[in-house]
Amino acid sequence: MDFPVELLINAIIAGVLLGGFYVAVTVGVSIAFGMLDIVNIAHPAFIILGSYLAYIVNQRLGLDPVLVGILMLPVFYVLGAAVYQVYYQSFEKHGQDALRGLAFFFGILFITEVGLILVFGVDYRYVDAAYIGPTLRFSFVDLPYRLLVPCVLSLVMIVLLQLYLSRTFMGRAIKAVSQDQGALALMAANPVKVKRVAFGISIATAAIAGAFLIIIQPVEPSVGREYIGRVFAICVLGGLGSLPGTVIGAMLLGIAESITATFYGPSWAPAVAFGLLLLTLAFRPSGLLGR
Amino acid sequence: MKSRIFLIVALAVAAALFVFARLLGSEYFFFAGYVVLQFIVLATAWNILGGYCGYVNFGSAAFFAVGAYTSVFFHKAYPLPIPVLILLGGLIAGIIGLGMGYLTLRLRGAFFAIATLALAVVLQTLIVNWQYVGGSRGAYAIRPAAIDVLGVSLPYMQYLFILMLILAVGAVVIARMIERSRLGYGFATIRDDELAAEACGVPTLRLKLIATTISGALMGMAGAPFPYYITYIEPSSAFGLAYAVNSIAMPMIGGTGSWIGPLVGAILLGSIQEVARVTISSAVNLLIVGVLLVFFVIIAPNGLVGLVQNWMKAKAKS
Repeated sequence: MDFPVELLINAIIAGVLLGGFYVAVTVGVSIAFGMLDIVNIAHPAFIILGSYLAYIVNQRLGLDPVLVGILMLPVFYVLGAAVYQVYYQSFEKHGQDALRGLAFFFGILFITEVGLILVFGVDYRYVDAAYIGPTLRFSFVDLPYRLLVPCVLSLVMIVLLQLYLSRTFMGRAIKAVSQDQGALALMAANPVKVKRVAFGISIATAAIAGAFLIIIQPVEPSVGREYIGRVFAICVLGGLGSLPGTVIGAMLLGIAESITATFYGPSWAPAVAFGLLLLTLAFRPSGLLGR
Repeated sequence: MKSRIFLIVALAVAAALFVFARLLGSEYFFFAGYVVLQFIVLATAWNILGGYCGYVNFGSAAFFAVGAYTSVFFHKAYPLPIPVLILLGGLIAGIIGLGMGYLTLRLRGAFFAIATLALAVVLQTLIVNWQYVGGSRGAYAIRPAAIDVLGVSLPYMQYLFILMLILAVGAVVIARMIERSRLGYGFATIRDDELAAEACGVPTLRLKLIATTISGALMGMAGAPFPYYITYIEPSSAFGLAYAVNSIAMPMIGGTGSWIGPLVGAILLGSIQEVARVTISSAVNLLIVGVLLVFFVIIAPNGLVGLVQNWMKAKAKS
């Protein structure tokens, strides 16, 4: 039997597109975990929340899901700032954030998931948009718009974020807080305020990522769990706190999953992310572009 | 109290509980009681690593499922009595705990927590794709109606209840022994300041590996009788998030500092859930756990045990 080259090329391209989407999913954790040292394992729950908001508005008003995601940015930003405030008051201030902070976010993840199940049930929900369905074709290469749109927009988003972090005053302050909080305080800047802004941005990205998620696949409340491993795998693989690293990690994972799904069957795909994560943790914990 | 006396007291309490349950004469009590006892084992096991060493394990469900699927495997390959299965489940889950600890414990705490989540999914994927133990279709473990133990015929549910009761007593006694031994003090130094402990010559890596192994083994033991309890097992029920959440929430709500915390938390939360499952719905009972967990980590960082201690201190002062 010939080696199916066309199949392989298609799998790689689908992987790159999927990786682009993973960038949007991961960037929030990249900021929270990589830069602020807040292990927000509830991030996927916020993404699912974003998906459901996109679903409700899309079904009721017929708005484009991505547009809903953008409109929801301020709401999620405020939500993130509020969560950070609670986290800071309850854990970070007393320096006992490690164990209880994790349990706190785990609880939030759980409450969001069960809450959504109680309200919407466990049915799969989906959205309608013109670009879900059609496929762009170049000879034997398939580029489904459903994957292409989120991928391109995610990359736009991460470029904007990278510009924000390196060009603006607040962006630089966020980078500074990730390097040395004490020094920042000595410069008369308030690290808590900077971290609140950064965490707000981190959660705000979940609104967009949620909209992408429900474009790519139908969503039910417990889908988020699959993404916990993915986002942390990408984060660790790329190197903590590095946005270019996040892009590379996301692409690698996307390609690895897509090839696994094509050649061994989709039921093996979840193990790829976690296997990759375990291997990275064991052999190169600082990641590819880690400091 | 000496450990030996404590063991005798604990066994006496357990025996009294069983006699009480027999007198009550309700099969349902054994059915619900088994779940609460199972949570006592899980919560205590989690606390050995999480409470004593300060390393959060989100993968309790994975160790539990390893125990359960060990039983399924032997049920199909070569049926063995359940006490042997419990030991085998504990052995295998302990080895996995050791291996995972070895891979990740040299890193910061947060990485360990994430790696445990990862382990759960990797193992679940393996089980889903392993047709011999049922794959995603699940497997049946039909239990006989009754069994002869030392010449006495017992309903099978009561037999499982006794086994879990013994396991629960064992777990609590082990936790208490660790707490008062050199091992326990070593664990506490890791929790309080790992760097300082290392600098003082505490063999932190070895201690942490001991903790993951014991903790994993106990969780596996709790899972081993599960297929016979539930009679039909499938990956998503054995790896259910409910086990992971409960085994974190129970020690957190009870108090992570000592063996009493997980015990109190498991009895309280386990009973509430069993009642809520019957009276309201099983989704709501999970919501209760989540809300209580968040509430307690914010309001009462040392759990119920901490609250009582504070209250007694305040009373002593006035």
